[in-house]
Amino acid sequence: MIELRRVSVRFGGAPALRDLSLVVEPGAWVSLIGPNGAGKTSALRALAGLVPFEGEIVVDRRDVRALGRRELARLFAFVPQKPETPPELTVAEYVLLGRTPHIPYLGGERRADRLAAARALRRLDLERFAERSLGSLSGGELQRAVLARALAQEAPILLLDEPTTALDLGRAQLVLDLVDSLRGDGLTVVSTMHDLTLAGQYADRLVLLDRGAVVAAGGPAEVLSTATVAAHYGASVRVVEEDGAVFVLPVRR
Amino acid sequence: MAVDSVRERAAPRVEARGVRPAWGLAAAGFLVGALVVGLAVGPVGIGAGAIVESALAHVPLLHVRSPLDGVQEAVLWQLRAPRVVLAALVGGMLAVAGSAYQGVFRNPLADPYLLGVAAGAGLGATLAIVYAAAGAGTEALVPLAAFVGAIASVVVTYALGRTAGAARATGALVLAGVTVATFMTAAQTFVQQQHAEVLQNVYAWLLGGFATSSWGDVAVAAPYVAVSSVVLVLHRRVLDVLSLGDDEAASLGIDVARTRLVIVVVATLGTAAAVAVSGLIAFVGIIVPHTIRLLVSTSYRAVVPLSLVAGAGFLVLADVLARTALSPAELPIGVVTAFFGAPFFAVVLRTSRTMR
Repeated sequence: MIELRRVSVRFGGAPALRDLSLVVEPGAWVSLIGPNGAGKTSALRALAGLVPFEGEIVVDRRDVRALGRRELARLFAFVPQKPETPPELTVAEYVLLGRTPHIPYLGGERRADRLAAARALRRLDLERFAERSLGSLSGGELQRAVLARALAQEAPILLLDEPTTALDLGRAQLVLDLVDSLRGDGLTVVSTMHDLTLAGQYADRLVLLDRGAVVAAGGPAEVLSTATVAAHYGASVRVVEEDGAVFVLPVRR
Repeated sequence: MAVDSVRERAAPRVEARGVRPAWGLAAAGFLVGALVVGLAVGPVGIGAGAIVESALAHVPLLHVRSPLDGVQEAVLWQLRAPRVVLAALVGGMLAVAGSAYQGVFRNPLADPYLLGVAAGAGLGATLAIVYAAAGAGTEALVPLAAFVGAIASVVVTYALGRTAGAARATGALVLAGVTVATFMTAAQTFVQQQHAEVLQNVYAWLLGGFATSSWGDVAVAAPYVAVSSVVLVLHRRVLDVLSLGDDEAASLGIDVARTRLVIVVVATLGTAAAVAVSGLIAFVGIIVPHTIRLLVSTSYRAVVPLSLVAGAGFLVLADVLARTALSPAELPIGVVTAFFGAPFFAVVLRTSRTMR
């Protein structure tokens, strides 16, 4: 279980995130949504231990500040919005780098690491790409390779920053379905999402941030109302609910 | 369970390529060949077989008799051998430090002189040449002053770069390096201008070379080169992790700032020691790692160790050219590395299929 208690992130005085309190149950998928600059990525980066924060983050009753970098990396796997994918590395080599928190600082991979990387490749159906270079992959394949690297980390919590921005609709659904299926293996997911419809369909819970503060939280139907989206995104939308799914449709003004 | 383990064995090969044996052997062969050529070539011709026999004669209990006469023995072991060994140490050091700098700054044009090592060493050496009382002491003083100047320059660069904050760490560090190097070069030029009578000595040092190399120089440089290159080679996998960028390396459990500091400090110490005994030799730190990248692999697991070995061989051969091309006069070795290195690199660049 992840607990954030009044977490704030500042960038040189200006607060990017203010007093975020949040509980994420094991196996849940929580999506942070909100307009540009709302603090979604800052919240995710605070969880990943990449920015200093005020307040407390507690994972399974352990304060993350008490954990070293490696311990943190065994707890959280982080996929940034634009991952760095050196084009000459093979998919297998790239996924093996995900084993870093389990490998001694100046050591090399052992059998257990190669097996873990092979499992991650199989889980994301990338086995036949193992010896291909990253530069030769399509956008969707590349995103799967990045997920495989995160999976090889064998961390119980997966942090995804805008996992679908570079993908077309079909590839986006494919990736989100994959992430959803990983939850079956016990993975907890915290993501940021731009696409509200997709966010609502895949996450159990949405947290809407605006100017660094939480303005709404709950199930998709609770958070995604015409009035809320209009107020915080400055967008004109129609929200359609059908069979329990929520669709946020832009309407030309 | 049994089914699972069978399936795991049937899985595709999941491993890092690292250094394939064929490339390791090729690099080692290149270095050994370069060393033999370096020992054999010169005004006094000595055959490769004679070199091997003479070397064995120095091993106790073997009872091999050296086929060489006293003069040949002295030429081989007191003049050529220290020169060849020193060139190998310096070449390996510059190449391995260059590969590490390129990894740590994620900049293909980074060379071991990036943070001001060269300019600092130049200033240190110039001050020693100008102000040290002419006499026996100067020879020992110049490398020491160069070493101190190089280290001081990188310390100032690092302190300056840090003030920009962690977010822009690498860019700020590179800019700080340019700033410090420019300042040091200006100071060096000024001192040199004020003392035109030592211009020749200063230039001879700046251009670098192994004309006066002795076993003493080898003893000075070897410990630094050994420690530095071992530590850098041990970091080869970490350098691959750093190639994912600061954020991702950090989220994989690497303390990026500390790792960068360790690599920069170690590479700088080795480079400063190399520069102190050889002067400034351009291009080795860039050309050797990039040749490995183009021919073998861009993974630092291959680039770092192979740069060390190939860099050593490359500079030994460059030194052979420097002392034989216009014999009995010597070319500055920096001229040789650039004159033959640049066209060679151009050919590699054009013919390589791996470069996009």
